[in-house]
Amino acid sequence: MSDSTAISNSAAPEVHHEHPPYQRHHFESVEQQADTTNFAMWLFLLTEVMFFGGLFTAYLIMRNWYYPAFVEGSHQLSIFWGTANTAVLIASSFTMAMSVWSAETRRKGALLLCLGLTLVFGFTFLGIKGIEWHEKWEKHHIPGPSFSVQSFVNPASDPEVYKEYHDQPLAPDMAQKTQEYFFLYFAMTGMHALHMVIGVGILIFMIFRARGGAYTTGHVTFVENFGLYWHFVDIIWIYLFALLYLISRH
Amino acid sequence: MSEQNQQHEHEHHIVSPGIYVVILLALLVGTAATVAASYIDLGEWHIAPGLTLFWNPVVALAIATTKAMLVVLFFMHAKYSTRLTKLTVASGVFLFLVLIGMTMADYFSRAWGRW
Amino acid sequence: MSAATIVSLPDQSTARIPKMNFLTKENGLLSWLLTGDHKRIATLYLISITFFFFIGGALAGLIRLELLTPQTSLMAADTYNKVFTMHGVIMVFFFLVPSVPATIGNFLIPMMVGAKDLALPKVNLLSWYLYVIAGIMAIYTMAAGGVDTGWTFTTPLSTHYLNTHVISTGLAIFVAGFSSIFTGLNFIVTIHKMRCPGMTWFRLPLFVWANYAASILMVLGTPVLAITLVLVVLERTLHIGVFDPAYGGDPILFQHLFWFYSHPAVYIMILPGMGVISEVISTFSRKRVFGYTAVAFSSVAIAVFGFFVWAHHMFIMGISNYAALVFSLLTMLVAVPSAIKIFNWAFTLYKGSITFETPMLYAFGFMGLFTIGGMTGVFLGSTGTDIHLTETYFIVAHFHFVMVGGMLMAFLSGIHFWWPKWTGRMYPEKISQLAAIVTFIGFNFTFFPQFILGTLGMPRRYAAYPPEFQALNVFSTAGATILGVGYLLPVLYLTWSLKYGAVAGNNPWQATGLEWQTQSPPLTENFPEIPIMDHEAYDYEWLEHQQQKEVASVG
Repeated sequence: MSDSTAISNSAAPEVHHEHPPYQRHHFESVEQQADTTNFAMWLFLLTEVMFFGGLFTAYLIMRNWYYPAFVEGSHQLSIFWGTANTAVLIASSFTMAMSVWSAETRRKGALLLCLGLTLVFGFTFLGIKGIEWHEKWEKHHIPGPSFSVQSFVNPASDPEVYKEYHDQPLAPDMAQKTQEYFFLYFAMTGMHALHMVIGVGILIFMIFRARGGAYTTGHVTFVENFGLYWHFVDIIWIYLFALLYLISRH
Repeated sequence: MSEQNQQHEHEHHIVSPGIYVVILLALLVGTAATVAASYIDLGEWHIAPGLTLFWNPVVALAIATTKAMLVVLFFMHAKYSTRLTKLTVASGVFLFLVLIGMTMADYFSRAWGRW
Repeated sequence: MSAATIVSLPDQSTARIPKMNFLTKENGLLSWLLTGDHKRIATLYLISITFFFFIGGALAGLIRLELLTPQTSLMAADTYNKVFTMHGVIMVFFFLVPSVPATIGNFLIPMMVGAKDLALPKVNLLSWYLYVIAGIMAIYTMAAGGVDTGWTFTTPLSTHYLNTHVISTGLAIFVAGFSSIFTGLNFIVTIHKMRCPGMTWFRLPLFVWANYAASILMVLGTPVLAITLVLVVLERTLHIGVFDPAYGGDPILFQHLFWFYSHPAVYIMILPGMGVISEVISTFSRKRVFGYTAVAFSSVAIAVFGFFVWAHHMFIMGISNYAALVFSLLTMLVAVPSAIKIFNWAFTLYKGSITFETPMLYAFGFMGLFTIGGMTGVFLGSTGTDIHLTETYFIVAHFHFVMVGGMLMAFLSGIHFWWPKWTGRMYPEKISQLAAIVTFIGFNFTFFPQFILGTLGMPRRYAAYPPEFQALNVFSTAGATILGVGYLLPVLYLTWSLKYGAVAGNNPWQATGLEWQTQSPPLTENFPEIPIMDHEAYDYEWLEHQQQKEVASVG
């Protein structure tokens, strides 16, 4: 058998296809590239679903075990800020979807506006999160050596929360379990916030690129795929809000 | 390659801003609804002795899931995407439920005693 | 006929390695470190995992040396704990999980589907860098004193009661996990979206199906391990968490989350090896794989069912009887697809034209040893017997039979089978057959006694044991020495073959498959033009037809 076959040696030198500059050489067409990268992003989001899945599993078990502690712990979260943040993220999902539409319809001005608004909403969310976390710090509700169960063994000592919910005092061991609630609160909102920060960083990068016209010449996959990521982060928050803030407010 | 031709139509389907506005409003309404529902005691369902279902968390999760589905279908264009995309989403949800469901089944069934 | 071989090499006096190939295309360190070429990345991976294999192997040697005597003679019990932990961590995460996918899979999958590269070449390179970073973190951990929790990191031992390097190990595995996730993601996307015209799903080589199934496990399972490790690290640092009863947590929660990944992980490890075996058995029987559809679907079935059985690692840990019942039943079911493969390979051999080149020797080893390992798994999946056999040497023997007797043999089979394609050169046949036989003998001497030790009651992870177990332990260590020789030989002769091996030509095995229709080593872009697939997989008649049409010599 010879060491060359019809395929590799006698073919003409590599035929150069005409393709747009943003098409990578291993793809046969821009459609294939767009389709492929889109599917890849969905798969990546699947990994994120399973990643957060572990946290949700831990949360559900602990909530079942220590329900009273979780109820009273959740009363320490501000329904006002939580709802506001939810609205902010939903609005940011809307502006992100509009960004994709702007890129698809090649409207550079609209694209910049929508990406900019998404960024503003993103920062707003992180700012509100910062306010909430700071409040937790001040009230000694950060798990660890500085944690105080005072608000749970003696709810009357926390007048703001008490007048809303009139919680019963918890037994000392159940009161200690509010640390589990806050551990999960910070772990879950922290992991979510980390994903927001990464998203905000990529948004800033995209705004710079969009100013140069990168996404309004027909190559929209980056914006589309980032949009998927951003919406996913929104979905995670929708569940976090329902599980962490709305355990029982009656 | 013909598989990809069919996908072309889907890929280039541009969802109109009108739909986005409707979904935005639906999501905001859902948020208001779920907050309101958490202030009301929705009661429970006593399925069997020792097995009670409380409606509040069920309603909260149902509203959250509806909101999530709207985001997935419309903001993320899943409704206009290929069957492969829909299958991918479905398998993620499925496995997530397996993780949570089978783990929690262990915890719940411990209370049933040793045979 | 019995001395026959199917090897068909070009005339050695005139044959040359093609001047232009993926190895010679560009020169310089940066062209390797910044490459997007899946074949170069596969080569980088091959070097890296071989490195870690020998570290893990050295640790195994230390274990066997310690176990020569009933007392803790060679090292303190704490040190022994560190040795077996690092052996497990390195072998599982740094060798077995990436072994076939990241090396042979990376090299072959684009060629097997008829593409010029994987879908996401940069992500592929990132995957290798993550592996290297994780490896450095693992080496740091060993140098800094190691970790002694066992590779399973059981809490609260790992989060509360030990002072060893749990955090750095956990983070190393976290990073390695993402390396694995990105490899799997790349494979799934490539197989779905980059198949050449005419390459329908059922014309794909079974190696692709096997890697596809393993990739689903990698993508969906590994993130759960990642978050679990994050929670362990948080609990250790913040002294509050969900796994330690002292804080109100639950150790069994850790185990649920850990094994949700780690059970699919064993299928991540074995499925690509099974893919190799399908290719090798077909080629060396000159017959298409019997029941292609069944073998293809069985890979997917193993992947799907593999997600439903994790708590069979937890039967004695405190899960409810009802959960144990359900998981045990599902475990019995998951054995079925693996058995289907063994039957189908056996039927492929039946009335085939069998020759015994090295890849085939390893494949036979695989079939026998994996079957034994798999059947002993049934004893472990059955709760009644598992209570007595778990945490003994029976378990150790079981997983070494499937992982070393099975997977590692499949890996070596694949390396030898595709070595000519990868390097353009043949390995030396006689010494490699000897090495395969030495490995098989050494393996059985090492691990078969461990089944007996387990049923007699010797616990695992103990440096000291009752003196009545010594004879079998000595036997096992003697076997390990032979096994070590068996693994060392390939490194030596494969390296030798890079310079002195016979020139292989395109298709020394006369195998079907798109990769064998290109030059050896392949061009960087694999195919100058995307091929069109017009025949079924394992179509030896098409191959014969092809060979008749070919130019026999250059004019």
